Amino acid sequence: MAKTESGELLVASSPHLWAGVSTSQIMRDVLIALAPAALGAVYFFGWRAALVIALSMGAAALTEWGCMRLMGKPSTLGDGSALVTGLLLALTLPPASPVWLPVLGAAFAIAVVKVAFGGLGHNFVNPALAARAFLLAAFPAAMTTWTSPFDAVTTATPLAVLPTPFAPDVLAGPLPSYRDLFLGTVGGSLGETSALLLLIGAVYLLVKRVIDWRIPVGFLGTLALLSWALGGQAGLFTGDPLYHLLAGGAILGAFFMATDYVTGPITPQGRWIFAVGCGLITVLIRLYGGYPEGVLFAILLMNVVTPLIDRFIVPAPFGGVKGRA
Amino acid sequence: MNLWARFRGGVHPDARKTTAQCATQPLPRPERVVLPLRQHIGAPCQPLVKKGDEVALGQPIGDVDAPVSAPVHASVSGKVVAVEPRLTPGGRTEQAVVIEAAPEDVPWEGLPEGLGWDLDPESLDPAFIRDRVRQAGLVGMGGAGFPAAVKLTPRPGSEPDVVILNGAECEPAITSDHRLMLEQPEQVVLGLRLFMRACGARRGVIGVEANKPDAAAKLSQLVAGDPALSVEVLPVRYPQGAEKMLVWALLRRAVPVGGIPLDVGVVVQNVATAAAAAVALAEGRPLTHRIVTVSGRVASPGNWRVPLGTSFVDLMQAAGGLTGALARVIAGGPMMGIAQPDLDVPVIKTTGSVILLGPEDLHETPAGPCIRCGRCVTACPMGLLPAQLCDAAMASDWARAERFHVRACMECGSCSYVCPARRPLVQSIRLAKSELGRRARGGRG
Ligand code: SF4
Ligand code: SF4
Repeated sequence: MAKTESGELLVASSPHLWAGVSTSQIMRDVLIALAPAALGAVYFFGWRAALVIALSMGAAALTEWGCMRLMGKPSTLGDGSALVTGLLLALTLPPASPVWLPVLGAAFAIAVVKVAFGGLGHNFVNPALAARAFLLAAFPAAMTTWTSPFDAVTTATPLAVLPTPFAPDVLAGPLPSYRDLFLGTVGGSLGETSALLLLIGAVYLLVKRVIDWRIPVGFLGTLALLSWALGGQAGLFTGDPLYHLLAGGAILGAFFMATDYVTGPITPQGRWIFAVGCGLITVLIRLYGGYPEGVLFAILLMNVVTPLIDRFIVPAPFGGVKGRA
Repeated sequence: MNLWARFRGGVHPDARKTTAQCATQPLPRPERVVLPLRQHIGAPCQPLVKKGDEVALGQPIGDVDAPVSAPVHASVSGKVVAVEPRLTPGGRTEQAVVIEAAPEDVPWEGLPEGLGWDLDPESLDPAFIRDRVRQAGLVGMGGAGFPAAVKLTPRPGSEPDVVILNGAECEPAITSDHRLMLEQPEQVVLGLRLFMRACGARRGVIGVEANKPDAAAKLSQLVAGDPALSVEVLPVRYPQGAEKMLVWALLRRAVPVGGIPLDVGVVVQNVATAAAAAVALAEGRPLTHRIVTVSGRVASPGNWRVPLGTSFVDLMQAAGGLTGALARVIAGGPMMGIAQPDLDVPVIKTTGSVILLGPEDLHETPAGPCIRCGRCVTACPMGLLPAQLCDAAMASDWARAERFHVRACMECGSCSYVCPARRPLVQSIRLAKSELGRRARGGRG
């Protein structure tokens, strides 16, 4: 037989080409996209922020390595998803966090939320968000001590200051201005503060098509529309949508958390439902729940609904099925 | 170019059409050819010759009286040295006639008379054309291998009004149809007219991807002045050449899942099949040769006109031999082609390309978990959910696979191509399809 110098020919299923974008490259892109916000946090809050980020990412990586080691499985650190979880969690923490807070949170995110459910691709809620919810429930005091970056005075996060429903004179009050919110010169968690820096990263992910534009558009669009319609004192359509978009982690949530592949629907149609649901629940919690953490719980709730969405959205194949029109 | 002529999904693999400017060359005559008795979809042919028989070029060596079939002809003159099972590039082992070539080719004296290149398709009886097309052994030469005459036979209730010639050649690395359209455009256009006459269609469209402007220009010149014919330039996008995508792009008609183009009044044939039909009618010669692109890790990649049955080994040598280690041999294109376990397999009617890859060309990254990124969903031109299909197949949940329309998959490979986790999507879908097919036939084991 005409075997070749190299011996055996490798037989494999077509296609024999690959686009070459791997899971770890996608995770790397997400890390790159979060870098401006992370660097901004260090700039605004100083070395404490750097410490929180390092601890959270380090603990996430170590936990993943340890879990795999314990289960006798090959290390999955290479896919980079643990680092993404660590960084995302850090960006939701207060800059004045005690050192154990990010460590505990990251370990919880990886060990309980991710690995216990089967590892990457099998967790049904976003690990970073679930960990934040856990920390918030277990250590409310440590989680809500916010530092304002420039005067170093501890204040509440802007949305917590918002009375519910808004007082008519609220914008004249002690709330930060749009400009402050946009640039990040306000108090808040590490990454929630500067919409601008987050948006730079978001554009990167959109251009590289790492994230689906439907999710931020559907999420923020619903949030803006409903907060404008229902969020005002003077009746319908007197709300302040811009404020709702810029404050309280909506940008971070819509571009970086709700777009998490694993915990969102897989179809474009499902993603619209998911995104609109996130926006709707955020508004409901913010306006009627008397609670500033709308984004967090909205995404977590929609994560839980995702398997249902994916179950019921089965698009018809191209051309329809013969005889069933 | 009609920019609206787009289908949903699809991918943009690197074209790699490095052999596009390599004119077709004749292959040095092979010493022996291996002609499988089934080079088409349908019933296998029975051998018409036996070991020791002398055969002449173009002599039928296998045929069968079945509605879906196509005869096989000797591609060289010579002596039958064996009729035995042989590995085919389709991956199956089939009965094959092995012919040792004589020093010279002598055309078989039983060949039907040619009508000459100035024949007028309109003066011919449609049944006569279909008969000649079948006699010449024509099958879909783009890869599917469906007997051409069967496609041209109108069915009660669905008379075709359009014939589409597929000149998209959307697979990377293949240029054999490109060269054919460039070098024998008259044959392609005559073939189109013959097909239209044979099935009663009044319109003929040749679809060519925009990366072959020279071929499109040549064909356009030839059809100018005939209002029934047109050449459409299509955006470059894989799998533009898939029948359903092509019909949609050109006519905005959607072929239903489980249906064929005829259901929407269309007959689709490959450009090479059309050219072969023109030769069969004009010169009386059956299908014995075809153009094959040889590319990859060879010294001089190019396009060759080769006798059917030629071994891939002869092609490799004609292309100057290997330039490095060989790791994979593909019959067909890199997206849908079949990896061969051995280099000694014959070129058959559907082999438009042979690609020889080295270890450096393979992406043997191990599969990771599905990260539910949805890339496969966006890429699937059939609007399926490959990740879910793969899941169902791996759980042997055939009913779920069916609910997710697994049968609609045309195995184009777009999903696997984009999957960042290297999931075995097409592979598992194929498994589910064959399992469901087996069950539908009532098989158990
Ligand atoms: S492309 Fe791959 S990883 Fe992404 S959803 Fe499809 S199967 Fe999963
Ligand atoms: S599921 Fe089938 S039709 Fe869809 S992209 Fe994959 S191989 Fe192509």
